[in-house]
Amino acid sequence: MDIMPRWVDIIIVPLLSLFLAAFLSALLIIAIGESPIAALNLMIEGTLLRSAGWGYMLYYTTNFIFTGLAVSVAFHAALFNIGGEGQAMIGGLGVALVCLLIPWPHWTLAIVGASIGAALFGMIWAGLPAYLQAKRGSHIVITTIMFNFIAAGVLNFFLVDVLKPKGSMDPASANFPSTTHLPTFQDLASLFGFEKAFRSAPANVSFFIALLACVAVWYLIWRSPLGYEIRALGKSGPAARYAGVRPVKIIMIAMMISGALCGMMAINTTQGESERLILNFTEGAGFIGIAVALMGRSHPLGVLLAALLFGFLYQGGAELALWTKIPRELIVVIQALVILFTGALSLMVRAPLERFFMSIQKAKE
Amino acid sequence: MTKNPAIELRQISKSFGPVQANKDITIRVMPGTIHGIIGENGAGKSTLMSILYGFYKADAGEIFVDGKKISIPDSQAAIAAGIGMVFQHFKLVENFSVLENIVLGAESGALLSPSLSKARAELAALAAEYELNVDPDAIIEDIGVGMQQRVEILKALYRQANILILDEPTGVLTPAEADQLFRILKRLREEGKTIILITHKLREIMDITDTVSVMRQGEMTATLRTGDTTPEDLAELMVGRKVLLRVDKRPAKPTKPVLEIQNLNMVDDFDVQRLKNINLTVKAGEILGIAGVAGNGQSELLQVLGGYSPATGIIKLNGSEIDLSTSVSGDGQARRALGMAHVPEDRQREGLIMDFMAWENAVFGYHREKSNQANRFFMDNNAIRKETEDKMKRFDVRPPNPRLTAKNFSGGNQQKIVLAREIERNPDLLLVGQPTRGVDIGAIEFIHQQIVALRDQGKAILLISVELDEILSLSDRVLVMFDGEIMGERNPANTNEKELGLLMAGVSEKAAQ
Repeated sequence: MDIMPRWVDIIIVPLLSLFLAAFLSALLIIAIGESPIAALNLMIEGTLLRSAGWGYMLYYTTNFIFTGLAVSVAFHAALFNIGGEGQAMIGGLGVALVCLLIPWPHWTLAIVGASIGAALFGMIWAGLPAYLQAKRGSHIVITTIMFNFIAAGVLNFFLVDVLKPKGSMDPASANFPSTTHLPTFQDLASLFGFEKAFRSAPANVSFFIALLACVAVWYLIWRSPLGYEIRALGKSGPAARYAGVRPVKIIMIAMMISGALCGMMAINTTQGESERLILNFTEGAGFIGIAVALMGRSHPLGVLLAALLFGFLYQGGAELALWTKIPRELIVVIQALVILFTGALSLMVRAPLERFFMSIQKAKE
Repeated sequence: MTKNPAIELRQISKSFGPVQANKDITIRVMPGTIHGIIGENGAGKSTLMSILYGFYKADAGEIFVDGKKISIPDSQAAIAAGIGMVFQHFKLVENFSVLENIVLGAESGALLSPSLSKARAELAALAAEYELNVDPDAIIEDIGVGMQQRVEILKALYRQANILILDEPTGVLTPAEADQLFRILKRLREEGKTIILITHKLREIMDITDTVSVMRQGEMTATLRTGDTTPEDLAELMVGRKVLLRVDKRPAKPTKPVLEIQNLNMVDDFDVQRLKNINLTVKAGEILGIAGVAGNGQSELLQVLGGYSPATGIIKLNGSEIDLSTSVSGDGQARRALGMAHVPEDRQREGLIMDFMAWENAVFGYHREKSNQANRFFMDNNAIRKETEDKMKRFDVRPPNPRLTAKNFSGGNQQKIVLAREIERNPDLLLVGQPTRGVDIGAIEFIHQQIVALRDQGKAILLISVELDEILSLSDRVLVMFDGEIMGERNPANTNEKELGLLMAGVSEKAAQ
């Protein structure tokens, strides 16, 4: 039998890891000469106590849900997709082309079109390394990370040479037509008469698409035969082959779904926020997705919770940088600590917990 | 004169979490004897030996060597105490020479050549003393399994081992090689060495040991003089109840051919030809056994038939030819749909996904079948769980909990999950590889009964096993494979282990006459 009850594994272990990471971060903040309690207060005030704070937090969360789900789907097939950055960049290109080239009558249609464009472009970008892995055995970690750089180059080329409007000095595409602009939370709130809520915050309707994606991924992984095959291949290659699961096919499909999800992040950033394609719009969300998937244990619900946490850290970090001597980079350190504790060091937390539960069991006997 | 025992264990206990692997084990082995330790899988034999060799630390108990109490914190200490171990899976560097392997870990000084030349001289002495001849300059991967085992024994002797522990040493040997090994062991005994032989084969215990200890569920149930006991008694002690060692079956009534294989050839990724012109037919209502030492193409044959290794030739199932060109990418599901079920040789690697729950494993390979789908898009997980629970009860899987992860079941119960999955689909042809490897005796009986029952329903069964006993007692016809070829066919009723053993060693029929 498993030593620990499931809830300990799913809830207590990540929470303890998080607590340890927070504790070390607090020490760091003390070392900088600030008060960790004050910092935490500031973070909470700047995110959770103001609707605009929520608006920013959920904007980041939307990104992290997409990339976190993407990494999770690949994880289930035992593939480590660290090419989320690149796939999102190329997805952004897809969004830009869809929004600029097609005259959309209304945003409700535009978001469907942009989602398809983003997913398709991300899918293709993930499909190339997937093919190299499945057919040629080139390791997916190496190829996806290299494809990040190629994607950055491609994006650069398009923004400097192809999509930049004549006369502009800015490496960015033209503004998308207003019929493609997505309603922000502020727009939605005013519909219900709350004019002042979410003021100028970037969160927009793509957050709901991210929630839909969580549900869709859950059905895919845990209920569909395809998800079953993805998980089977991820757990045991030889067993999957024995059962007639084709590794080449599954690797390709899992990676392409992963790439599509990463690409869809761009509807939030590109169509929803900047309303034109700009350089570096991904802001490292592809990598944060790895931490989110690790912390969320590759389960959509876990990913959602972890994405909320990282959204909080991102927005709270911005607040810290604004009001204290604590540099914004500290948030990167805190994220690194969270990744370290939830991913690499989760055994360190788990082992004493297992001993604890073992002694309880013994005491019962 | 009372001699001290060469090795004595007193009240050794060891538990892993809630599992008590060893409980108050006490053994005394006198010098110059061969002591057998027999027990089912999971009885705690390997744990006990790991404690002796310093891989695990006992929770309680004492170890005495030559009457002196010692502690064995690691394998270095075990070697220093004169204990040598020959593992079931050899620990040799494949591309090193025999000599280099023997010296490895026992080099002295900064330069290698003095150690090597010293070892060469000592090796010659050892070879002369124990009749353990082996070419010191041969590369390990070029020599046979029997030779490799000899190198392992020499490695232990070179480190001045007086007590030699062998863990399932005959698992990979032909009967002839096993006989040779036993001659070596007897010779070592004459020279005063003490040998502990761990095995699950009753015959070996009866053949070679002086005394035998039986383990069951972590406890030592008996220690006997081998001469005073019988295989039936030992089996009963191992399992805790009377066991049928022979399979009870009626003569076969074969009818139409179900599986026909013609000129099947297979070349692996390294350009080695693994199957050479295989021709065979399995009829409905019979069990065709394929005997052979592990690694002579039996695994490849199963993989090709199961649809996940490419091959050339003709395979017909119920008279219609199977398309072999698609099997490169894995064709298992299509074959299953045609009525071919497959119990793979290695259930933990292929047959089951150890991290999946029982119910998820119970539809593995059949997960896209209509009966397992709720609608076009999703699987009917609730129905599968329900059905799995019924299946588990019918096949006496313990505990019959479909939500338990596969790795939490014992070997025998894992195998029953695989068997239930494959047999309950009512296949025309069942491929079975090593059906009882790592399975306790009690479950072996059950598994054999299931296979015979399937035959009696008029199904065709292809059985592959490295256990000659199993092949002889289950099969209606026996083919012997060697180096990818079928060496000949025998009727199990009028052949014997010696005759099959020659075929298994590659001695062809003409040469044998």
